[in-house]
Amino acid sequence: MNLTLNLLVAASLVYVAILIVVAFLAERRAARGAAGWLRGPMVYTLSLSIYCTAWTFYGAVGYAARSGLEFMTIYLGPTLVFVGWWWLLRKLVRIGRAERITSIADILSSRYGKSNGLAVLVTVLAVTGTTPYIALQLQSVTLSFAVFAAPGTEPGDLTGLALWVAAGLALFTVLFGTRKLDVNERHDGIVSAIAVEAVVKLVALVAVGVFVVWGLNGGLAATGRAIATSPVAGWEAAPGRWAGLILVSAAAVICLPRMFQVLVVENADERHLVTASWAFPLYLMAMCIFVVPIAVTGLARLPAGSNPDLFVLTLPLAEGQDGLALLAFLGGFSSATSMVIVASVALATMISNHIVMPLWLAREADRRATISGDVRDLVLRARRLSILAVMAMGYLYFRVTGGSAALAAIGLIAFVGIAQVLPALAFGLFWTGATRLGAIAGVATGFALWAWTMLVPVLAEASSVVTSGPFGIGWLRPEAMFGLAGDPLLSALMVSVGLNTFVFCLVSLFTAPTPMEQLQAPRFVHVFDRAMAPRGRLSGPAGAEELMIMAQRILGATETQDIIAAEARLQGRPGDLPDVTPRLLEALERRLSGSVGAATAHAMVSGITGDAAVSVEDLMAVADETAQVMEYSARLEAQRAELTRTARELREANDKLTALGVQKDAFLSQVSHELRTPMTSIRAFAEILRSGEADAEESDRYAGIILEESRRLTRLLDDLLDLSVLESGQVVLTADEVRLADIIDRAVLAASGSGDAIAIEVSPDLEAICVRTDADRLSQVFINVITNAAKYCDAEAPKLRITMATREDMAVVDFVDNGSGIATRDRGLIFEKFSRLSDQAAAGSAGLGLAICREVMARLGGGIAYLPGQDGAAFRVHVPLAGRVADAAE
Amino acid sequence: MTDRVSPAASAAQHRARRRARVADAARLLPLLGVVLFLMPDLILSGADAGEGATAPWLVYLFSAWLLLLVLSFLIGHFYRRDVAPEDGR
Repeated sequence: MNLTLNLLVAASLVYVAILIVVAFLAERRAARGAAGWLRGPMVYTLSLSIYCTAWTFYGAVGYAARSGLEFMTIYLGPTLVFVGWWWLLRKLVRIGRAERITSIADILSSRYGKSNGLAVLVTVLAVTGTTPYIALQLQSVTLSFAVFAAPGTEPGDLTGLALWVAAGLALFTVLFGTRKLDVNERHDGIVSAIAVEAVVKLVALVAVGVFVVWGLNGGLAATGRAIATSPVAGWEAAPGRWAGLILVSAAAVICLPRMFQVLVVENADERHLVTASWAFPLYLMAMCIFVVPIAVTGLARLPAGSNPDLFVLTLPLAEGQDGLALLAFLGGFSSATSMVIVASVALATMISNHIVMPLWLAREADRRATISGDVRDLVLRARRLSILAVMAMGYLYFRVTGGSAALAAIGLIAFVGIAQVLPALAFGLFWTGATRLGAIAGVATGFALWAWTMLVPVLAEASSVVTSGPFGIGWLRPEAMFGLAGDPLLSALMVSVGLNTFVFCLVSLFTAPTPMEQLQAPRFVHVFDRAMAPRGRLSGPAGAEELMIMAQRILGATETQDIIAAEARLQGRPGDLPDVTPRLLEALERRLSGSVGAATAHAMVSGITGDAAVSVEDLMAVADETAQVMEYSARLEAQRAELTRTARELREANDKLTALGVQKDAFLSQVSHELRTPMTSIRAFAEILRSGEADAEESDRYAGIILEESRRLTRLLDDLLDLSVLESGQVVLTADEVRLADIIDRAVLAASGSGDAIAIEVSPDLEAICVRTDADRLSQVFINVITNAAKYCDAEAPKLRITMATREDMAVVDFVDNGSGIATRDRGLIFEKFSRLSDQAAAGSAGLGLAICREVMARLGGGIAYLPGQDGAAFRVHVPLAGRVADAAE
Repeated sequence: MTDRVSPAASAAQHRARRRARVADAARLLPLLGVVLFLMPDLILSGADAGEGATAPWLVYLFSAWLLLLVLSFLIGHFYRRDVAPEDGR
């Protein structure tokens, strides 16, 4: 068999075709729900083998040929991580499943309060670290093709081939990486394909190893002797480098985006980790076991100057084992392709979830539209474009750098770069006090230092910045930061990861976590002992229908309806839309975050529900809203109280009106009665007089009665008129300054002429009191009170005592007689119209006197009241003073 | 046995002890791994000690590796038997 380039291309194509068939069949099986062993522990373990890229397949031998056993550190680190799964991986996988984590950026974003800023930072870091790595794979494929090319063909002539490889890989990845938007972000097709690739590369490497040990060296013992006499027989690793490399590789196996993808995201069952804890180290060991023999044999047998990175390929070829060489080629090809495929899926997930979707959501939010259009399509499109972009970047990096550095160098640079995520991740899983700002500061610090100390020297190899530091500042020289001019890799590692961790812890200690972080941190740190209590949500106005429509755009109709229906069943109302409970929101958000990442999913659900438990600002907005609602309700309360008051007033007014109506009726009937009685007697006597039957004396008497009754009528009518004028307020009162004593004298004089005898005693003190009032009206009141006393005082020797006094700005006149007084129950009635307490001496009284008095006193700005607690009936009249007591005038 | 312990309680106690032991073993295993894997760095980094060390230490490292994954396998086995069924799955 003669291996030509065309044959290799054909073999590669056939191999790829087989992979496509495998992936396709696996997807179909999974779609039928019969994933079975496809999601079993063995496939899981094999998929983890993407840790072993072309760097392992070709590079490990080259590494061993240069530095002896040091290459093993790259596999010892992961071994420690996996046998120590109880510490970190168990937690990582549990969280990954519980929170539906989609990527390494997503887990950090979720842990630190769903911070998208952190996710973007990690995404950028991952892309920066992975792009050279993808370039490395393209380079290894190109180099391996070049081995078979006709003599004289430069590897540079084959860059076109690299483009085809990149394009082909992009196509495959788009085909199987974005076929559907799986809520679990699981890619059965890809996982199966890389499991097959894992077997191919292991078989290839072991086959070459077996051929070398038993075919070329003649057994284990002979190989041992060959090692002992080889250039790498001695231990060459500098002190500390061994431990440092183990640390870096241990960090990388956790944090590399592609490793995180297969380890956490594609994990179908937590228990697979238990199998992987021994099976994956076993795989790594198998990959390593023949590396040193191949390296040693290559060094011994191949001409000096041969590229040790290609010994796996060139050794069988040189020995005429074309079939084995083809297998080795396919092994290398599969190592490279599986890495590129998974890495680009992982990166594309991060880019679309943390950069494209948030941008798109922000743009939509600007438009003030809720989610419109098919987001599902958009996510897939974003992901496809991201895959193409990642692949294009890898290819461009390969073209631009021309693959200058040795494979191992680029591999280690990428490892240290991604190790910058480890402090934030590891502390975040065990320390609730780790904050978002701390994580951002730490990762940013580490990222910057790593880029400066490791990337710059590779990209700008011989520039002055690298050789003598920026602006000639020696201690900033990338390869000897802070004057640490030891092993460049170790010093870069210690400076970047060390300061990263330090800054992370420091900032975390000095910053307060946001409410969202406070919610998220325990979910991560205490993932094993929490009861998964659903997070309290502010009940928003979101309808289940709105949520369903939104979720459908991302999860698809069937999936969404399943969730909704399940929730409805749980709520005991199958066939109906469920209420929007925190549990439903939680479930939806978790599913969505499986497709678009935690931050985006949270933003989308929050956007619909108005769920605002995100930030202090949002909480403040909610508080503000609450305050507004409270104010509004307070206003409503006030309005209600006012209405109640108005209603009460209306009711009172109504009552009063009713009472007044009754009073009016009573009044009218009183008035007619009062008018009727004298009219009756006038009529009767007038008739007698007309009939002429009465004699002169009788006539005289009758005429007298008629006259008296007419007077009484007139008086009654006068009183009524007076009262109505007073009550309607039409009365005109004059206001003069008069001596109170004068008015009283006048009243006493007038009253004494009315007939009823009563001894009146006016107390002489304070006769100089002057009042400002209408003298006639006031004397009318006094006369009325005096005549009443004369009329009703039932003492044998009736006596009325009138006293005067001043109280503040009022003159007070008391009329006290020595009668039996007025009963308590009647005191309220005496000022009412037509109220006569008894008929005994009622002649000539219509009962209007005191009512008129009250009205008059009210008009005069004073008052009249019954004065209880005296010997007899007592009335007290208040009159406004004239301003001062007129004592001085005396 | 002066205290009377019901057989069920005793069995539960026994199970709990076994689970704790598996967890402890799983926690301790990586520490053993670190010690084993750092051994060459600690021993060989002197001036002459590294002479001709590749072959013997290759054997040592693979032996340590094998030991670790056998122990890991055993722990995994006991984990499945004792812990996983009650680990809230």
